[in-house]
Amino acid sequence: MTDAVLATHAESPPAAAHQSLTAKTRRRRVLAYLQAAPMAFVFLVFFVVPLALTLMVSFWEYNEYEIIPAFTLQNYVDVFEGCTATTDLCTTVRTYLSTLKFCALTWAFTLVIGFTVAYFVAFHVRSKTMQMVLFLVCTIPFWTSNVIRMISWIPLLGRNGLVNDTLQGMGLISRPIEGLLYSDFSVVLAFVHLNTVFMIVPIFNSMARIDRALIEAAYDAGATGWQTLWNVVVPLAKPGIAIGSIFVVTLVMGDFVTVGVMGGQQIASVGKVIQVQMSALQLPAAAANAIVLLGAVMLMIVAMTRLIDLRKEL
Amino acid sequence: MSDRPRSLAFYVLAAFFCLFVVFLYGPTLTILVLSFQGPQGGLTFPMNGVSTHWFGKLWAGLGIVDIWGALWRSLRLGLVVMALTVIIAFFAGLAFRKRFAGEGVLFTLAVASLIVPSIVVSLGIGLEFRLLDEAVKWAATATGWDWLQEHGTLMGLYTSALGAHLTWTLPFGLLIMFAVFNRFDPAYEEAARDLGATGPQTLRHVVVPILGPSLVGVALFGFTLSFDELARTSQAIGGRNTLPLELQGLTTTVTTPEIYALGTLTTGMSLAVIATALGASLYLQRRKAKAGLRMG
Repeated sequence: MTDAVLATHAESPPAAAHQSLTAKTRRRRVLAYLQAAPMAFVFLVFFVVPLALTLMVSFWEYNEYEIIPAFTLQNYVDVFEGCTATTDLCTTVRTYLSTLKFCALTWAFTLVIGFTVAYFVAFHVRSKTMQMVLFLVCTIPFWTSNVIRMISWIPLLGRNGLVNDTLQGMGLISRPIEGLLYSDFSVVLAFVHLNTVFMIVPIFNSMARIDRALIEAAYDAGATGWQTLWNVVVPLAKPGIAIGSIFVVTLVMGDFVTVGVMGGQQIASVGKVIQVQMSALQLPAAAANAIVLLGAVMLMIVAMTRLIDLRKEL
Repeated sequence: MSDRPRSLAFYVLAAFFCLFVVFLYGPTLTILVLSFQGPQGGLTFPMNGVSTHWFGKLWAGLGIVDIWGALWRSLRLGLVVMALTVIIAFFAGLAFRKRFAGEGVLFTLAVASLIVPSIVVSLGIGLEFRLLDEAVKWAATATGWDWLQEHGTLMGLYTSALGAHLTWTLPFGLLIMFAVFNRFDPAYEEAARDLGATGPQTLRHVVVPILGPSLVGVALFGFTLSFDELARTSQAIGGRNTLPLELQGLTTTVTTPEIYALGTLTTGMSLAVIATALGASLYLQRRKAKAGLRMG
């Protein structure tokens, strides 16, 4: 519509109109810059510069008292210390493997649960209002405290918790199961509990855009429910699946809070290594670890996006 | 599809959904119940009577931890982050509707800020402010100026922590603004302009009222994400902790239902904020619909 208005203007007195037009576009452009400036400023000061400084400090030396601006690769050597040995896995590789294990388990569970929930709400709930209500039911916990949601597993999973009590009451076990709480199990449980919403929202969003006529067409062409699901819904929901996966993977890879609280501060994770080094004021070492973590996460994201594009081409 | 009878799949999926909701809300409900544990009760069932004993103890304070101070700090920071998120995201959303050089870079930055692990962002901001402090210290000795001498640290609630929170809330705000502007009909603005409204007038009397419900949504994200934020704040706050940080510390030291009482309290506050936001959003939508009818 703007274009049409501008076009008619441009036809009659050409020179003046052209001049005012460029003045107008220029003003619009300046206005756009002004409007975007605050956000650009925040990201520059609190995101770009900090990451650049992290990269810089990761090459600095340090001792017990201070960090010294002198170039060294020692911090990176320290990260991979012992990794060339073939007999034992070094600490860094073991920590990454443990974190990757959490990552894979959490991803699988959140994907299956998130997809199923989103599919139910998007395709089996008929009224729009009801869809919105159920969608909100799934997202409201996201706006409450994560730490509290972790703590809330204690009365259920503890040694004398509800799960053990119930199982004992039913006579299924004679002694309480140790390791329900403060174990790999509770860590993954909490990850799934906290992060499924990051799968539900983008997948639901993708599904809501799918034209219902396609489902109808598949049904009319004689496809079974499963065939429709697998050949129509899943491919069209892929962008949502990809976004959700990226969210879950990065959240789990960098986590130190969930692993800390649900692991009873006993389980290692990459994020926790960084946090511990930070509180010991070994800033360059923490920075080097952060850069390695960032690199690993980037690789995973690139791999995931590649996977999706590749499938599209096949 | 909608006129077909319910299939078996519907009932199976509905059951799955119900289980998921139980999984989602069950644990929180458990600590809600257990926070009313009797004075003799412990961290697990059975309930040893029903009382508000632990809320009373919480009110008196949790020993050395200044929990009310932390709550107050988190509330104030949350409100500031909320206001800034709404304003900055709204104007950035407007900017993205016009085209400008560097919009791709800014969008990439916003998305990157969302998916770079929080601990990395937090560490970076922490480093930045430590280096700034060093620079100030150096400047103080170099110049000898009085006002620079007694300098503590620049790190604090409204500097480094505020910035850390904005790197988390602004991407959400921007994505919501994108979704909102995608559905926004520019004809309203053009109508206003044709009637002689200036740019600011159009914004104030046309765009903001129409987008009102969505802006409330951005505000909800801004406040709740800040109020519960932990990972990004951890390395980017000076000495005085926010509530989530104190809570994390308490998980290892507090062994009484006081911590459940605290959980009930903060969850209640979050729910009150969510309810207020949803209510306000609905109210604005209703009012808009009514105004539309009147005008139409």
